[in-house]
Amino acid sequence: MGGNSKDIKGFVSRNSIWLILIILILAVGVIQPKFLSVGNMVTLISGEAVRGIMAFGVMFAILSKGIDLTIGSTAALVAVITASFAQEADYANRYFEGGKPLPAILVILIGLAIGVVIGAIYGAIIAYTKIPAFIATLGGQLICRAGAKMYSDSPISKLTESYRFLGHAKIGPVPVIIIVFFLMFAISAFLLTQTRFGKNVFAIGGNDQAARVAGINVERTTVLVYVWCSFCAALGAILLTGKTGSATPASTGLNYELDAIAAATVGGTSHTGGICRASGVLAGILILGVINNGLVMLKVDDNMTNIVKGLIIVGSVILDMRKNAKRV
Amino acid sequence: MQQEYVLEMIDIVKEFPGVKALQGVTLKVRPGKVHALMGENGAGKSTLMKCLLGIYQANSGKIIYDGKEVHFKNTQEALNAGISMIHQELSPVPERNVSENLWLGRVPVKGFKVDHKKMRQDSLDLFKRLNLDVNPDAKMGSLTVAKMQMVEIAKAVSYDSKVIVMDEPTSSLTETEVEHLFKIIEDLTARNVAVIYISHKMEEIFRIADDVTVFRDGCHVATEEAKNLDIDKLITLMVGREMTDMFPKVDCPIGDVVLKVENLSAGTAVRNVSFELHRGEILGMAGLVGAGRTETAEAIFGMRHITGGKIYKDGKELHIKSPEQAIKNGIALLTEDRRGSGIIGLLSIIDNTVIADLKKYGFPLNHKKMRADTEKYVEALNTKTPSVDTPIKNLSGGNQQKVLVGRWLLTAPDVLIVDEPTRGIDVGAKAEIHSLLSKLAGEGKAIIMISSEMPEVMGMSDRIVIMHEGLMTGILDRNEFDSELILKFATSDEKYVKEAQ
Repeated sequence: MGGNSKDIKGFVSRNSIWLILIILILAVGVIQPKFLSVGNMVTLISGEAVRGIMAFGVMFAILSKGIDLTIGSTAALVAVITASFAQEADYANRYFEGGKPLPAILVILIGLAIGVVIGAIYGAIIAYTKIPAFIATLGGQLICRAGAKMYSDSPISKLTESYRFLGHAKIGPVPVIIIVFFLMFAISAFLLTQTRFGKNVFAIGGNDQAARVAGINVERTTVLVYVWCSFCAALGAILLTGKTGSATPASTGLNYELDAIAAATVGGTSHTGGICRASGVLAGILILGVINNGLVMLKVDDNMTNIVKGLIIVGSVILDMRKNAKRV
Repeated sequence: MQQEYVLEMIDIVKEFPGVKALQGVTLKVRPGKVHALMGENGAGKSTLMKCLLGIYQANSGKIIYDGKEVHFKNTQEALNAGISMIHQELSPVPERNVSENLWLGRVPVKGFKVDHKKMRQDSLDLFKRLNLDVNPDAKMGSLTVAKMQMVEIAKAVSYDSKVIVMDEPTSSLTETEVEHLFKIIEDLTARNVAVIYISHKMEEIFRIADDVTVFRDGCHVATEEAKNLDIDKLITLMVGREMTDMFPKVDCPIGDVVLKVENLSAGTAVRNVSFELHRGEILGMAGLVGAGRTETAEAIFGMRHITGGKIYKDGKELHIKSPEQAIKNGIALLTEDRRGSGIIGLLSIIDNTVIADLKKYGFPLNHKKMRADTEKYVEALNTKTPSVDTPIKNLSGGNQQKVLVGRWLLTAPDVLIVDEPTRGIDVGAKAEIHSLLSKLAGEGKAIIMISSEMPEVMGMSDRIVIMHEGLMTGILDRNEFDSELILKFATSDEKYVKEAQ
């Protein structure tokens, strides 16, 4: 009974976000053909990679009916600490006077470990005290940002090329940061659909009581969600400092959590929990990227760009909710 | 001149994408009478009522109310016209007090100011009129579910409606409150109010209904006066086939003790409960709301902190602190609150089936095997679903319950605890669940079945544990089963002493 047309309809409905992305790209491209150049696409994706990776983290928190507002500040803290260990030996204003930079791989591991520890701490607070994730991570945001500023009151720059490899280098024509971005997409998608962890997060977001009765360790899973989220933030910090070549305690990663949450949301992750697709979030990231990059190319002023972004965020959720309501 | 019908719904059609929920049904309600609406889940009873109340708009058909054709666009219009409804699912505002809940959306005002004094007095008057013992200043959330339901009933009555729809009003009421509700219904009908009564409980229908309309699969099957019907006839009309065996309990050999509970206590909810459970046995648990049966199950399953006593399985003492550990030890619990702690609505049948036993599927997860196992249980339990990828919330209650049973069977438990396994599900699915439980016992599983339905608990159990307010007041063997006896020990702290053989 028209099964085929139903399948197509279902496919389009499930992937409507990609359709929106394509329309947006074409629309900007028609007005400004330079937008469609390979060079610009590389710039666009490199520009969104850091926020995108953070979105792949925060989508797990949102899926579990939580949120993570700490991301940007965690990134700042990780950024200043790793940067301080990765400054060139001959630089005059070294954070550690004298001394030599640590091997890049060690610095990166330290940075990721800091992220994991921070995530574990507030993950545990959320899981075991049951306070809302919004509150716990709002507090964490202030504390981490203050921590970054206490660690250093000025920007830390002149970082070694080996440390900057992930954020700055290219393999052939392709920036490493883009490779890392797509790798993180693949890993998130894998975690989400192919592992027990992913299924458990879906269950907790869908109905945490039922998840508990079904034998899921809700607390442990919640801690892992924020560990992952914070890990992504730390990786973002390493890419960001590598890309820009410096870490600034007051501004590195500022408001990145909001961009990440926006991308995850536009990508169809439901704030009432239980709905998330990695491919949707990828599209969400790219949509915001097209707006960030494309509207600049079209010389739209900054305020107008933000208005468009705001409308897209709100509009996408309205559409999603209607779509989900219809399935009842 | 008195009209014959206060409400006529004629040829109502309601379509949802892909489903024809109502295929031209008719319902005619006489004033001052109780009209029971019967049918299996999914038959279209609630949908029809939602069309009446303006929650849904019918695709076609006529609604004639009080002699005039009406089209309510929302509940407010229906309420203003004199049609109110008590919903099956309560929607209280738990942090506000009773009187604010009662007059929600229509608080009396003096100028711009809410008239709290009048609101309180009106509440008192209403409760007095209905002979209800509820404090209007109490926080709604502090009331028992049964009291909340009574407040909900009072609220519906307070609109001075001509038609009141009651959708499963007694599902969370105790016997005394049910009696009270029937008294209220009597008063209402005496004042010429028509009551549309939806319930699965046959005894209730035959106690209070004047007329009975039966739906099946969105179609009108019959409308009869209740006095011309009996239970068998009614069930046949509802399911469209003869239901010979509602409680297909087969005697099967009772094996060794699997689970032994010794002086189990959990705060004041469970006090010194002791029993043994054998392989192949169905142990019923009877009692009223608040008897501590659910709490006992939760304590065994690691959901509730144990304050005293011991639990042994296969002779070994257990120290279970979480459902995770309980499942590892071969215990499963099908909870009472299917929506609250059973199904994960947005997720597919597959995800809902495998979620309690994901370890089995390795890393990365073997999706093929997950699908195959789910399909196996869907078939074995005769679950009706378009596909195993359908979100579970789209299924009817009975089919959701079957998916959950499948979830637990997948964990291959030795002890299966089922808490009100057939609450709110239709007769057909109910009989299937009964025969399934019976079959599982036959395969050597040990089953604890908590049930508030006397015929169910008596029909299905090998032995019955009776509880009252946290205390175990007795254990009856099958030959001692007697509903009066059970009720007696379910309503007092007195202990049942077996007669000398």
